[in-house]
Amino acid sequence: MPTLTTDLQQKAKVLRRHVVRMVGEAGSGHPGGSLSAADLVAALYFHFLNVDPARPGWPERDRFVLSKGHAAPVLYAALAERGFFPSETLWTLRKLGSILQGHPDMRKTPGVEASTGSLGQGLSVAGGMALAGRLSTLDYRVYALLGDGEMQEGQVWEAAMSAAQFKLDNLTAIIDFNGVQLDGLVENIVGVEPVADKWRAFGWDVQEINGHDMDQIVKALEAARQVRGRPQAIVAHTVKGKGVSFMEGLAAWHGKAPSREQMAQALAELE
Amino acid sequence: MNYEPGTKVATRDAYGETLAELGREMPELVVLDADLSSSTKTAAFAKQFPERFFNMGIAEANMIGHAAGLAASGKVPFASTFAVFATGRVYDQLRTSVCYPALGVKVAATHAGLTVGEDGASHQANEDIALARALPNMTVVVPADANETRDAVRAAAKRRGPFYLRLGRPAVPVLAIAQAMAGGEAGAPFELGRLRVLREGTDVGIMACGYMVHEALKAAELLAAGGVSAGVIDVHTIKPLDKEGVTAAARRYGCLVTAEEHSVIGGLGSAVAETVGESYPVPVIRVGVADRFGESGTPDALLKAYGLTAEHIRDAAGRAMAARKG
Repeated sequence: MPTLTTDLQQKAKVLRRHVVRMVGEAGSGHPGGSLSAADLVAALYFHFLNVDPARPGWPERDRFVLSKGHAAPVLYAALAERGFFPSETLWTLRKLGSILQGHPDMRKTPGVEASTGSLGQGLSVAGGMALAGRLSTLDYRVYALLGDGEMQEGQVWEAAMSAAQFKLDNLTAIIDFNGVQLDGLVENIVGVEPVADKWRAFGWDVQEINGHDMDQIVKALEAARQVRGRPQAIVAHTVKGKGVSFMEGLAAWHGKAPSREQMAQALAELE
Repeated sequence: MNYEPGTKVATRDAYGETLAELGREMPELVVLDADLSSSTKTAAFAKQFPERFFNMGIAEANMIGHAAGLAASGKVPFASTFAVFATGRVYDQLRTSVCYPALGVKVAATHAGLTVGEDGASHQANEDIALARALPNMTVVVPADANETRDAVRAAAKRRGPFYLRLGRPAVPVLAIAQAMAGGEAGAPFELGRLRVLREGTDVGIMACGYMVHEALKAAELLAAGGVSAGVIDVHTIKPLDKEGVTAAARRYGCLVTAEEHSVIGGLGSAVAETVGESYPVPVIRVGVADRFGESGTPDALLKAYGLTAEHIRDAAGRAMAARKG
């Protein structure tokens, strides 16, 4: 276990470095919500997800839906590190003709499972994938990563209700609860607390963890796969911009690229 | 199933019956509904294939998202609700989750247009063709009768990509389309993106879709009584539009009338006018709902009050011929 945790922490750091460089090179993008999700995404792509870069469309693969599509940089970083495409491709983010669009496009990027970017839709799509798996008696799992601000979208709760109704135990929602959205603190805009109680009330198995503690992340994802008869929510408390001192906890870094100097400082901090 | 010309069948009924047939032939077919299955007629499929039917409750956005996920995982999902909810209410879901990734979600939208009747404006979708048509990758089909609905449902199930099928509430006449077609192109089958000439004429061409094909055929009779020879063309596929066929009609008649149970903004009339405007400009007079909301009333009373009858088409034909140059 210590080795796995250390490996995944190291991977998360690599993802964070990629995120900073990708957004810096692109001159635009969303570093804050990518950095907050890096540990969660690292655990999924380097330990849990049963995917095969040689066969991105393999019917039995696990699916990961990035419902908070603006965190595309961290997903692309994980896909590159996992071998879906060369890491040099990462520096083409947001440029004309790139396979790496500003928000995920499942038709352009190998390994991307759903086209997202308009918030609130990913959990429904993931629910459809989970239903399809059950119908086809394939035992793949579906994971959806949502933002906390995203929970302001009503469609999230439509999907929460139907997943419980259909007893989708092959579906796990992970909430990247970083407390910050574009305009400021979530609690000062339209608060979403009590988050865990909400998911519980909707019929989900709920765990609440520190989303930057790799031990807790791994244990929670392990526990989620054992749950039967109910979908699972993992409410992961995170810090927006985690790992880059001047970005941490600030709404200003929701959707802003670092300058050259800031990029150098951030990369130094992530050594 | 074959529907007998001269009888009356709602296109939503033909949809439900064809779905149940297809359910036996296609194990990958799944059906979603949003608490309207007895109205959209997906209930027959639900009864026969309960494990492949998902009632999503009154949550249309969630239904479209689930259909996208099912399509991305190898299923052929038909998602049904009333047309007014199947477009406007879920527009962003159709756009981002379905059309952008070109997923094979088949939206079967019933209770379209004014003929919803008594439920009134909140339930009368007169803008849905315009909305659906503006989405890249979307196919848009408006069948004229039960047999064309059967063929369109089967075509939708086989075609890759997103599909919008527009269906009606009331029982409408089953047309003698096959018989009419046999005159021109022996037994020409239904083909997506290919219009169907139901009646040849020389003076004016009437292009219609949905229930208005029936009114167009009646209008041609009225015009014939007045010595005017009108052609009637069933444009079941609004997108991709049969541009060659439409241009050929413009060339042949020199003036066109369009007729649809939809706003004059953005539907069949717009599609035809846009096409001939670029390929062979001729007058195009649009018969449809003016830029306004509907109201409660019987379907027949509404069609009269809003200018969607054979008489209105006849009068529009007169205006089209008068506007023709030379």
